[in-house]
Amino acid sequence: MKRVLPLFWLLVIATVPLWLRDQYFLHVTITTAIFIIAAMSLNLLLGYTGQLSLGHVAFFGIGAYASALTTLGFNVELPGGFAVVHTPWPAVVGFVMAVIIAGLSGYAIGKLSFKVRGAYFVIVTISFAEVTRLVALNWVELTQGPLALTNIPPYTLWIPGIGEYEFWNKTAYYYLVAIIGVLVYVIIKRLVNSRIGRAMIALKENESLASSVGIDVTRYLVLAAVVSAAMAGAAGSLYAHYVKIIDPDIFLFIYTVTMVIMVITGGKGTLAGPIVGGVIFGFMPVIVRSFAAPAVQWILYGALMIVIVFVLPQGIVPAIERWAASWRRPRATSDAVVLAGPKVREE
Amino acid sequence: MDELLQHLVNALILGSTYALLGIGLTLIFGIMRVVNFTHGELYALGAYAVFFLEVSLGVNFFLALVLAVIIGCAVGAAIEFVLLRPLLDADIDTTMLVMIGAWIVMQNTELFYWGGVSKAIMTPFPDEPLQVGPIFVSWLRLFVLVMALILIGATYVLINRTKLGKAMRATFQDRDTAALMGVNIKGIYTATFAIGSGLAAAAGALLGPVFLVTPSMGDLASLKAFAIVILGGLGNITGATLGGFILAFVEEIGAGYISSGYRDAMGFLIIIIVLLFKPTGLFARAERIG
Amino acid sequence: MTTQADIVLSIEHVTVHFGGLIAISDLNFEVREGEIVGLIGPNGAGKTTAFNVITGFLKPTSGNVRYRTTSLGGLKPHEIARLGLVRTFQRTSVFQTNSVFQNVLIGLHDRGRSTLWDTLLALPRESRSEQELVHDANEILQLVGLEQRASEPAGTLPYGEQRLLGIALALAAKPSMLLLDEPVSGMNASETARCMKLVEKIRGSGVTILLVEHDMPMVMKVSDRIVVLNYGRIIAEGPPEAIQNDPEVIRAYLGQGKKRA
Repeated sequence: MKRVLPLFWLLVIATVPLWLRDQYFLHVTITTAIFIIAAMSLNLLLGYTGQLSLGHVAFFGIGAYASALTTLGFNVELPGGFAVVHTPWPAVVGFVMAVIIAGLSGYAIGKLSFKVRGAYFVIVTISFAEVTRLVALNWVELTQGPLALTNIPPYTLWIPGIGEYEFWNKTAYYYLVAIIGVLVYVIIKRLVNSRIGRAMIALKENESLASSVGIDVTRYLVLAAVVSAAMAGAAGSLYAHYVKIIDPDIFLFIYTVTMVIMVITGGKGTLAGPIVGGVIFGFMPVIVRSFAAPAVQWILYGALMIVIVFVLPQGIVPAIERWAASWRRPRATSDAVVLAGPKVREE
Repeated sequence: MDELLQHLVNALILGSTYALLGIGLTLIFGIMRVVNFTHGELYALGAYAVFFLEVSLGVNFFLALVLAVIIGCAVGAAIEFVLLRPLLDADIDTTMLVMIGAWIVMQNTELFYWGGVSKAIMTPFPDEPLQVGPIFVSWLRLFVLVMALILIGATYVLINRTKLGKAMRATFQDRDTAALMGVNIKGIYTATFAIGSGLAAAAGALLGPVFLVTPSMGDLASLKAFAIVILGGLGNITGATLGGFILAFVEEIGAGYISSGYRDAMGFLIIIIVLLFKPTGLFARAERIG
Repeated sequence: MTTQADIVLSIEHVTVHFGGLIAISDLNFEVREGEIVGLIGPNGAGKTTAFNVITGFLKPTSGNVRYRTTSLGGLKPHEIARLGLVRTFQRTSVFQTNSVFQNVLIGLHDRGRSTLWDTLLALPRESRSEQELVHDANEILQLVGLEQRASEPAGTLPYGEQRLLGIALALAAKPSMLLLDEPVSGMNASETARCMKLVEKIRGSGVTILLVEHDMPMVMKVSDRIVVLNYGRIIAEGPPEAIQNDPEVIRAYLGQGKKRA
């Protein structure tokens, strides 16, 4: 049964464009999938390593801008009179740059932010994201500011049997995003089930105890931040080359909140959580928009978030797992204990 | 020099309202350890309340201000009672998420009800600014400064000279001991959140007529409030007051002499720099024992 | 004659001030290879503070701690653990939400050989290293007698067994010296006996032990030597029989709060 399930889902993912004919729904699926990748990356930091980073959209945006600028080229003058000129490179290189630069930002921001914990950590991460947004808004020479970077070229890949292929077509883009999504999923899965993942989960629960057995807490926190940021950057690049236009609004706090809602309602610290949460909140606007204004949608999301925190604090996926476990045998002995309520804070 | 003086006066006025924001949050954050994302929304609510009362209901401007503060206190108490009290001992992530949810609901309710177009609030003050030497200051802003200073003073008296204030200080120092001494912790939490929210609403009510009223005005207010709290040290009212003035000053100078686009970034840069180099704030007194 | 090589841990003139409060004053003692040393004293005497200083969780106001020849000043807790000096905790001694087996695996963290890239690319070194760790974890669980509980969440274990798991966790980190923080506090008689047997077994495998404890019979039976703290100072040091009869020690335990005659 265990082996069949992943194959089943892979089959579902692979055949989506075959039964989803409506171009609009396909569009929503693509953007949702991109956001799910970002949510999965946030889950690594928030769910598995236990750090409530509320600046995650910064890495998404940095990836998007890095990819777009690499592909469009730029010409800026730095203080001191140096002119930096960059000629356009292929979009695929932009993707790689997005991953690298976002990862480096993750390292820098992580190293600085992890000097503090708890509420201060949250505030610092939000601050970093806001500063990034304001830089994108004001450094017009580089980013065009509110006028946005437009006409971002699509990816071109050399595919055996077809030759040079430009990813304009929605179906083709869907497969690109799906493949990267599956790759990100596999990476996260391998990571959290490994020795490194154990260290992250350990420090999430009890930093002192973890360091008493030799785990370098800061090192693993920064590692989680780097991997998480790099993945978010990848998602950002996918987004930039799909919508083909990005502006500083991509850094808005509301997008971080969206990712957080996806992870929390789906189930933080589970592999499927961000996917479930992503599907729900990716498609909800589509369903709700027909009878409610955007403002009302957001009221619903906010209310839903509050309700989930009170009713299903661990999220949907663990609740389903518990329900399934209670069905299978009278006494569930699963490896991961799912606590029934909010964790009591240890002083 | 004249320009600098003008900036200083502007900073003084802005700083007084920032101080109100900061004091409100430092009380909440300090005593309850809640990352209160709704603080900015109470600020916006204060402004919208004045707008609604004055423009839609025809209430006198000054009365509207008073009512706005009362409404702020009431809404704050309601938020605490309904959302935070049940989560009294939950971990910080949980309360934070609930506050984010409440923030989203509040802001979008304002957006839904009043739309995204900015609103202006009429005041009975003359439009002609007062000129003192080379400095121009509008009557409205002068009024704002005076009211803000009065409220800051009132808060001082409340915290340092009343029984309630004493109970709040005790809870801040050591919650468990305060409880053993007979302090009603749950009641103190509600009162703290109400007072803090009232101060935020006051700041919004005072600044609403100065700037415009929009649904998103609270976002930056929240984060600036956090910057002030971090600058001044958790629970430190004097620090928050000074922090408010410092932030306003840095913003004014930065906007005036460096770049106006990065004005709002000043608060965030302060947060980052202070947290990374002096996490206890610039004005931290001795840490509590325990 | 004891040479420098015999001394595993030396606490040299350690003083800890918390503002105006003096928690530890000029603490000076040694632990030698293969010993079991018990650190006792009335409540508030400074035992936990001493522990925290030794293991890097607290910086002393002055003084130094040396582990073999290495000075521990300025080292972070995980660096000290890597040197071979591992401690247990009295409260939250285990990772509650993980299984017993996972707990030991976490403790074995430093013995793992695989790197990030081994993990991401699923290279053979990863699975070989994991197999070794699984094997080691089973051995440790057998040593402490918890192999039956391997798949149960640590938080659901009875208190006494949780404390044993805490020791297993520390053992997994391959200590050459173990610091036990009130290992039998809250345990009943049979759990205490079980723990004492385990402590003897651990010493038999060559690990030096320093323990803090309130349970007098247990400490007296298990320790080779005892150090007594009161008000942050050492008031007595020696074998258990000597300590039991030491008038200073008796006065410290009985005379707290009483005026001097």
